[in-house]
Amino acid sequence: MANPSTVEPTRRDMLFIATGAVAAVGAGAVAWPLVSQMNPDASTLALASTEVDISAIPEGGSLTVKWRGKPVFVRHRTKKEIDEALATPLAQLPDPQTDAARVKKPEWLVVVGVCTHLGCVPLGAPGSRGEYDGWFCPCHGSHYDTSGRIRKGPAPTNLAVPTYDFLSDTKLRIG
Amino acid sequence: MSGPSTFVPQSALGRWFESRLPIGGLVHSSFIAYPTPRNLNYFWTFGAILSFMLVAQIITGIVLAMHYTPHVDHAFQSVEHIMRDVNWGWFMRYSHANGASMFFIAVYIHMFRGLYYGSYKAPREVLWILGVVIFLVMMATAFMGYVLPWGQMSFWGATVITNLFSAIPLVGDAITTWLWGGYSVDNPTLNRFFALHYLMPFMLIGVVILHVWALHVSGQNNPTGVEVKNVQRDTLPFTPFATVKDSFALVMFLIFFSWWIFYVPNYLGHADNYIEANPLVTPAHIVPEWYFLPFYAILRAIPSKLGGVIAMFGSIAILAFLPWLDTSKVRSANYRPVYRVFFIVFVLTCIGLGYLGAMPAEGGYVLASRLLTLYYFGFFLVILPLLGLYETTKPLPATIADSVLPQGGAKLQPAE
Ligand code: HEM
Ligand code: FES
Repeated sequence: MANPSTVEPTRRDMLFIATGAVAAVGAGAVAWPLVSQMNPDASTLALASTEVDISAIPEGGSLTVKWRGKPVFVRHRTKKEIDEALATPLAQLPDPQTDAARVKKPEWLVVVGVCTHLGCVPLGAPGSRGEYDGWFCPCHGSHYDTSGRIRKGPAPTNLAVPTYDFLSDTKLRIG
Repeated sequence: MSGPSTFVPQSALGRWFESRLPIGGLVHSSFIAYPTPRNLNYFWTFGAILSFMLVAQIITGIVLAMHYTPHVDHAFQSVEHIMRDVNWGWFMRYSHANGASMFFIAVYIHMFRGLYYGSYKAPREVLWILGVVIFLVMMATAFMGYVLPWGQMSFWGATVITNLFSAIPLVGDAITTWLWGGYSVDNPTLNRFFALHYLMPFMLIGVVILHVWALHVSGQNNPTGVEVKNVQRDTLPFTPFATVKDSFALVMFLIFFSWWIFYVPNYLGHADNYIEANPLVTPAHIVPEWYFLPFYAILRAIPSKLGGVIAMFGSIAILAFLPWLDTSKVRSANYRPVYRVFFIVFVLTCIGLGYLGAMPAEGGYVLASRLLTLYYFGFFLVILPLLGLYETTKPLPATIADSVLPQGGAKLQPAE
């Protein structure tokens, strides 16, 4: 056999490469829908917003609503809770974020009630709010403060703030 | 070890068929004439027990699937319907649910057997790695199966485990959403888990065939770890010797299995799984099924999310590298006095991790999990590589026959 590098490419080589390239593109084009079908479908995407009436939540109380299959906590914060959140120096936070960046109106904190560790719902009833008066996740022991920021435990980030709008003083739209 | 088959069917029809598709010869050479070391002990019967359990899970599973509805609004009710209304439904479900546990008991014994007798060493590396693949697919299958009854533990177990993937940097969240088919574990998740739970056991059959094929190329290891030198002296034909021994062990195992099904069918499950899934309330203690507890303990021992996930998957992946981590030339721990001690401590470590995985992640439990996790990895990464270089091993018998037969020419049962 001649050394291939000294031989001129033939038409056959060209056809071989072109066929291979088309086959690869074809395989990719078929694989894409097979993978993509597992992503959220149109009906799941369509359920993406929820309206909530917040007029009945007393100061210090909170409401849990379901949004995209997950709980969202709407907490009516007391003056003390707001002050605590504001007074915390950023240097003490594993995931530094000011309270102002996490709320639209200081008395209303709206966060996704899913622990950023592995997805449990943190506890927020009085008495089980953890060491920082916010939420405590019993699964692996994460503590969140009154701004929903992670303070202690394995969770890496603060409770997520969903996109939301105040439609009026008593109506909230999440999503 | 098996050459071309010399099998000749008795009947003319059999010979006609055999010359067209030699399946009789395949079965004959694999399960009848196949030479097995004459010193195998009962730890070698778990392969047959595992094969039986796989078939049993498939049969009970298909029966359950005839009555089960993979939809979030109906799944929990349909399982209760199986328990209360379907003829023998309780029996099928208890057999399937406890069958999964029996399957894991058998696989853990089978794996520790390999670890003790050095069955992963050359020339059995591929055989061992196929075993690790089987273990992984089994775990995925059992995990998805546990989600199907859609109780609280189903739901929250699924949530915690799928969230492990969100620890992957950059693409983690996208992967998790893709796995869920939504923004949380929900109907699309249940539906695809059912499809995959049905599929994976059949994939297992495929891998098991490769596993047995690899086994029949290298031949079985044995308690001495010494290779077969003389087929006549060192081995016995599979049938009747292994067939009968495997059958007897299987019967014993089935008695054990029946005890769970008929006397304590819910002992290995969790009471919270008889509460229908509620996405808004997490149970106070989430624990996986017992067979995942050691890995769960390792996950929780590491104080960082990504680190915990890496350690957990690493603790399984490391098994695949075992053939190269163990540097000792001697296979069986019977002739490795120091390894034997480390091995026993390793088994206790795994059991200890299992216990800790069921305890709350706080205080002394976390510290203990960290120490045991350290030993788990230290065993593979430090002890095994070094021990092979420094350990003084005991003298090996010259042949398998020498280790079990009275010396001085006792009459041998010849292999066929
Ligand atoms: C490797 C083999 C298998 C293992 C380890 C396994 C494991 C499991 C487990 C742990 C459960 C949860 C049981 C419970 O707590 O109720 C389950 C449920 C289920 N499995 Fe399997 N399974 C296997 C094969 C199959 C096959 C082949 C099918 C069907 C074709 C199947 C169909 C089902 C169904 C319908 C359920 C839901 C009903 C129930 O929860 O009892 N399984 N499986
Ligand atoms: S899921 Fe909340 S601490 Fe792990």
